[in-house]
Amino acid sequence: MRADSPAALPGLDAAWSRSVTVADSAGVEHCWHVLDNGVADPVGTLLCVHGNPTWSYLWRRLLAAAPPGWRVVAPDQLGMGWSDRLAEPRSLRQRVADLGDLTAALGIPGPVVTVGHDWGGVISLGWALEHREQLRGVVLANTAVAMPEGDSGPALIRLASAPGVRAAVTVGTPVFVRATTALSRPALPADVRRAFAAPYRSAARRRSVGDFVADIPFAPGHPSRPVQEAIAEGIRTLDVPALLLWGPRDPVFGDRYLTDLRSRMPQARLHRYEGASHLLPEDAPRYADAVAQWVADLDAGNDPARARPAPPGTTGRRLWTALQERSDDDTPAVVEVGGATVSWSRLARRVADLAAGLAASGVRPGHRVALLVEPSADLTAAIYAVWRAGAVVVVADKGLGFAGMRRALRSAAVDSVVGSSQGLAAARLMGLPGSRIAAGRPGRAALRALGAAHSLDELEVLGRAAPAPVEPPVDADCAVLFTSGATGPAKGVVYTHRQAAAQLDLVRATYDLTDTDRLVAAFAPFAILGPALGIGSAVPDVDVTAPGSLTAAALADAAAAVDATVVFASPAALRRVAATAPDLSAAQRAALARIRLLMSAGAPVPASLLRSLREVLPAADAHTPYGMTEVLPVTDVSLAEIEAAGDGDGVCVGRPLTGVDVRISPLSPAGTADGPLTDSPRITGEVCVRAAHVKDRYDALWALERSASRNPGWHRTGDVGHLDADGRLWIEGRLQHVVTTASGAVTPVGIEQRVERLPGVSAAAAVGVGPAGAQVVVVVVVRSGGDPAPPRRRRTRPGLADADLADAVRTAAGVDVAAVLVAARLPVDIRHQSKVDRSEVARRAARLLAGARPPAGRS
Amino acid sequence: MRLLVTGASGMLGRATAEGLLARGDEVTVLQRRPAGLPCREVLGDVADPSVVRRAARGQDAVLHLAAKVDVTGQWTEYAHANIDGTRTVLDACRAEDVGRLVHVSSPSVAHAGTALVGVGAEPADPASARGRYSRSKAVAELDALAADSTSLAVLALRPHLVWGPGDPQLVARIVERARAGRLPVVGSGTALIDTTYVDNAAAALVAAVDACGPVHGEALVVSNGEPRPVAEVLARLCRAAGVPGPRGRVPFGAAYVAGAAMEGIWAVTRRRSVPPLTRFLAEQLATAHWFDQRRTRTALRWRPRVGLDDGFSRLAAWYAAAGPPPRGMVRTSR
Repeated sequence: MRADSPAALPGLDAAWSRSVTVADSAGVEHCWHVLDNGVADPVGTLLCVHGNPTWSYLWRRLLAAAPPGWRVVAPDQLGMGWSDRLAEPRSLRQRVADLGDLTAALGIPGPVVTVGHDWGGVISLGWALEHREQLRGVVLANTAVAMPEGDSGPALIRLASAPGVRAAVTVGTPVFVRATTALSRPALPADVRRAFAAPYRSAARRRSVGDFVADIPFAPGHPSRPVQEAIAEGIRTLDVPALLLWGPRDPVFGDRYLTDLRSRMPQARLHRYEGASHLLPEDAPRYADAVAQWVADLDAGNDPARARPAPPGTTGRRLWTALQERSDDDTPAVVEVGGATVSWSRLARRVADLAAGLAASGVRPGHRVALLVEPSADLTAAIYAVWRAGAVVVVADKGLGFAGMRRALRSAAVDSVVGSSQGLAAARLMGLPGSRIAAGRPGRAALRALGAAHSLDELEVLGRAAPAPVEPPVDADCAVLFTSGATGPAKGVVYTHRQAAAQLDLVRATYDLTDTDRLVAAFAPFAILGPALGIGSAVPDVDVTAPGSLTAAALADAAAAVDATVVFASPAALRRVAATAPDLSAAQRAALARIRLLMSAGAPVPASLLRSLREVLPAADAHTPYGMTEVLPVTDVSLAEIEAAGDGDGVCVGRPLTGVDVRISPLSPAGTADGPLTDSPRITGEVCVRAAHVKDRYDALWALERSASRNPGWHRTGDVGHLDADGRLWIEGRLQHVVTTASGAVTPVGIEQRVERLPGVSAAAAVGVGPAGAQVVVVVVVRSGGDPAPPRRRRTRPGLADADLADAVRTAAGVDVAAVLVAARLPVDIRHQSKVDRSEVARRAARLLAGARPPAGRS
Repeated sequence: MRLLVTGASGMLGRATAEGLLARGDEVTVLQRRPAGLPCREVLGDVADPSVVRRAARGQDAVLHLAAKVDVTGQWTEYAHANIDGTRTVLDACRAEDVGRLVHVSSPSVAHAGTALVGVGAEPADPASARGRYSRSKAVAELDALAADSTSLAVLALRPHLVWGPGDPQLVARIVERARAGRLPVVGSGTALIDTTYVDNAAAALVAAVDACGPVHGEALVVSNGEPRPVAEVLARLCRAAGVPGPRGRVPFGAAYVAGAAMEGIWAVTRRRSVPPLTRFLAEQLATAHWFDQRRTRTALRWRPRVGLDDGFSRLAAWYAAAGPPPRGMVRTSR
């Protein structure tokens, strides 16, 4: 082994290192250092090209996770890593040629997938364009091939390339080398940072780092500019599959470079690793498995994520069909209690005009339109108009918080934002791209200040004289929604018109909804669905994004306003309704007595709450649909069915609805759900759903979509449960909350239910503490009737339960419980305020049960 | 099978020897004082080569428990009993062609004072082990495992916090302090700790004698696999003994400093008694230490028979039958 080659470094197998001497086009020989997993007679080769100032070490995880039969080759570019140093700067053209010379020398016949990061992306694409006959696919991570219009390159790189700065920063000192690995999020371990810096210890060894920066063609007259532009244009003609892996926190290559890449390679699949920065292969180690899966799928000849069975026929109704049918109906379609009332005829007219106005103002089919408008008649009209115009609504609710909304909306790459004054101001703070449309009645000056080209009212006027847009095809996207973000960043979920229409058909059929029904929508997502369901709706005079604020009186007033027959509310809202029932007037009670159906969703609803609501809603049949952002509803259960099912291991959510298939992917002792799908009763595993109204895909999350759809046609819900002998589904928790003990996997919900039946316990969470596979079960309980301790000593941190409570919990739990803790309250998710955040409970319990940290400095 | 058990006068050694005898093994025991067991007995120092060779002669296996288990005393005493003793046993095994050695060690040989949360048996580390006992046992375990060879199979077992009826170590000390009203909870009392009921530990050692051979050259932690918060363990021990539970709390930092001070005073004054608190004890009472038992249970084909609750009941029954122990019964050596 040569002296200047990597010593033992974390994650690097010394057997991968090899040296190859290759003559370049000028006949000069250079010695290359290459990582090569050395697979003989490979199915294909992954050619991995690093950027500046890293080296092939960046790809070590991909070498370790190579897809079966694939060779992985990762060279150190000349002048970089452990390859020969160069006396002269190397141009982009020369570097692309060098890479070709190297692959020729190494002997890489057969299919090649190029993998590039940073400026290695451009070079790998240059190689790809010159080896089209071999090219099988393209993978790119946080790179750029061109400066988008009006852009003069990444600010940080421009700074580093400024005259006088470059030599000092990149060569004279290791600032650039060290700064690159300091960008990592989460921070890299010190030994990994040292490994990246190892080949660049002296100014002489860093020479090419500076030359590389100088070769980036920011200005039109730069000698490498024509080559870069040829590559940027050339990749538009590549017809191979492409995978883009992106760290959104990259201060070098921001989202605009991703947008540019996607426009050049519209076939590319994308996975955004939220939280990851520039050094994506470091920040998101899971990227290696994603690449391996994607490459393996290339060989399989199809993409299982797309191989869905043809959906069954639907009624053929579109999201705006009811509006068209009732365009002469002057009865209320949407009533905002304490606000506007909009008739069916007015709403139909407004939606038609707005749709035409949106199209006339440049909103194209497939464009994504973020809606930052409080629930209102404006929001309802805007959503239906966007749909009718063939564009896609992007809806992130306030429950995600500002940072969560920002992350979510940026991930969706929106083309336009429709917002209230507040909404548009938030859009600016979030740095959302795209044009702006103002809701409400802002004046001219305000419009300009908000950066809005139009207001909705202006578009409506504009639309009266404009042609109606063509109806979008049923398989076009219609919406991007977001999961609650209770456990990690909210995930974008894409629906097509067909899937959304199927959902509405199912809801109508399941609950016998007809145009004689009227709905009170006290649950934000459903406040806008009345017009699509073809039933009039009222929104109570409360903040629908704050479910705990709905009183019984407010509910009754909303019911009276539309003579409602149906109520839709979240469990948190219903709890408050039950608590404020004594305040109802006789008239309010009469309005609520006409409700025939109560639907509650968002989280499991305790039977006791449903029973207590009988007093408020005496005629209402209480139903709880089960589902999630990705597919809703899946099953439905009534209070009578809950009572008939009795106690069991988990929450009984009822039987699958007509047209919905539910299967179980059995849980392994390690807590994974990889078994073949089964409908056998009493087998616990991940709940999988097949139905016409399942989401189309996750947005910008290729690897997640691939994993959630790994049984073609089935959506993996992430929920864990079992079917019983009567075909009822019981939910036992979330897959990520399964406790993996030495004696097997344990699910939390059954334990929690048994503990919550103990006198003196109002809530419980069962979580795992310790390393996967050797975890122990810990139960955290909240005592009912308030904390008996005086306020001064009120516990905010959980503490140990007394011996009697601990004994009672252990007896009830039915599994070995290592510790019983008491807390004043359990952390819950923001959106529904009713799902216990078990991950957070587990983190707190683990901290407490680890005990004290030893003092620093010891004998 | 013919076996030598060293250190059979302690609670665990006695229980193990009884277990072996009960299943019909031919047992020789070796320790300084008569153990009163119905078997051949060799009395002497475990670091005395002639004594140990005589005891090891003709044996199929040696189960080596003899050790100085303490918190006070000079390093030379620990080195003699634990390091020299183990080397003497190893030499005797090789000299007498004994094929198997089960070396009884301690999880503290790999405990640097930080929380151990569901870990396996990490390598012994004399440099970071806490206190003289742990350090000497770490050296001994490394020596024992280094002697593992084709002719001598060595298996190291690390029973964790062994307790049970008649235990003069852990249980008696806790109970005596609680009775005197001097048993505080160190830190929050929430640290999860593993313990081992004595019958389970003894059964694990018996199982190790059988497993040693196919399984060799590694260390295995033995515990009940039922970790509990330390305050709960103390409270249940006290309840079983019929004494009041822990009273008051001492912050961990204060306990650690107090422990250091007491160690210093005891060392300078060469006191032989047990100081009320040591840094090791403060750490043991305030930081989590519980273990992944999967490898142990697979390797030994053993599972604990007596659950914690059952163990506490048995302890309570023993205390009820024995009545309060006379003062001064608590001793410091096995």
